[in-house]
Amino acid sequence: MEQTPILKVGPFLLVTIQVDMHDRLVQRLQTDLAERITATGARGVLIDISGLDIVDSFIGRMFGDIAAQARILDAETVVVGMRPAVAITLVELGVRLQGVRTALNVEKGMDLLQAAVAGEEERVGGSPD
Amino acid sequence: MEVRRIEALPIRSSDDVVRVRRQAHNWASELGFSPVDLTKLVTAASEIARNTLEHGGGGSARVEEVRRGVRVGVRLTFEDQGPGIADIAQAMRDGFSTRRGMGLGLGGAKRLVDEFEIASQAGAGTKITMTRWK
Repeated sequence: MEQTPILKVGPFLLVTIQVDMHDRLVQRLQTDLAERITATGARGVLIDISGLDIVDSFIGRMFGDIAAQARILDAETVVVGMRPAVAITLVELGVRLQGVRTALNVEKGMDLLQAAVAGEEERVGGSPD
Repeated sequence: MEVRRIEALPIRSSDDVVRVRRQAHNWASELGFSPVDLTKLVTAASEIARNTLEHGGGGSARVEEVRRGVRVGVRLTFEDQGPGIADIAQAMRDGFSTRRGMGLGLGGAKRLVDEFEIASQAGAGTKITMTRWK
């Protein structure tokens, strides 16, 4: 069955969506990501959607679900590379991507994930002296 | 309105939804739609095609290249023989959903196109026609 590749980059998982995704492929990605986060102990998920022509309400909701599910599994999610026309259309459509962090590109998304993970470690493992 | 060409597509699976999106994308692109106009049209196509599949139990789509005077555009027609919509005004409101989803399908899609028509009756299926001009 078709599958979207998930790459492990250090403590993070990287997903690059390059094809026009049908709904079953989107649902499969959601399940695969949950399994990979658990199996690898990844602390963050970066989803690059620069190859996506459109994001409709179904795909938008999937990003929200992935972010919520990753958070429960102790990982942050950042969606990067949204095209300007896609952002304009999403707002008009009424999809707000609540709970989903975004960044302009992969590099900025990685920075955001690293900062989020570092900030958390500082809070949790702060020096006792 | 003059119809320049027509492509009829079935909507029986989520792959068919992708095909409808592609067809709308290709023709809008050939007509020289701007990226924003093209994205809005294809997103509206996706929302309604999914409605036809999920709510209507499948049906058909017609993609047409149309011309009115000097304007060119793409018109999309979706038809199903599903349960229909008893209260169209309620269904058009954001947040209303009869099945899964956020209920943004109809109201959201309407905002993305220039012309939007819906005809539906409980038990008698649904027909939606949308046009976006270049």
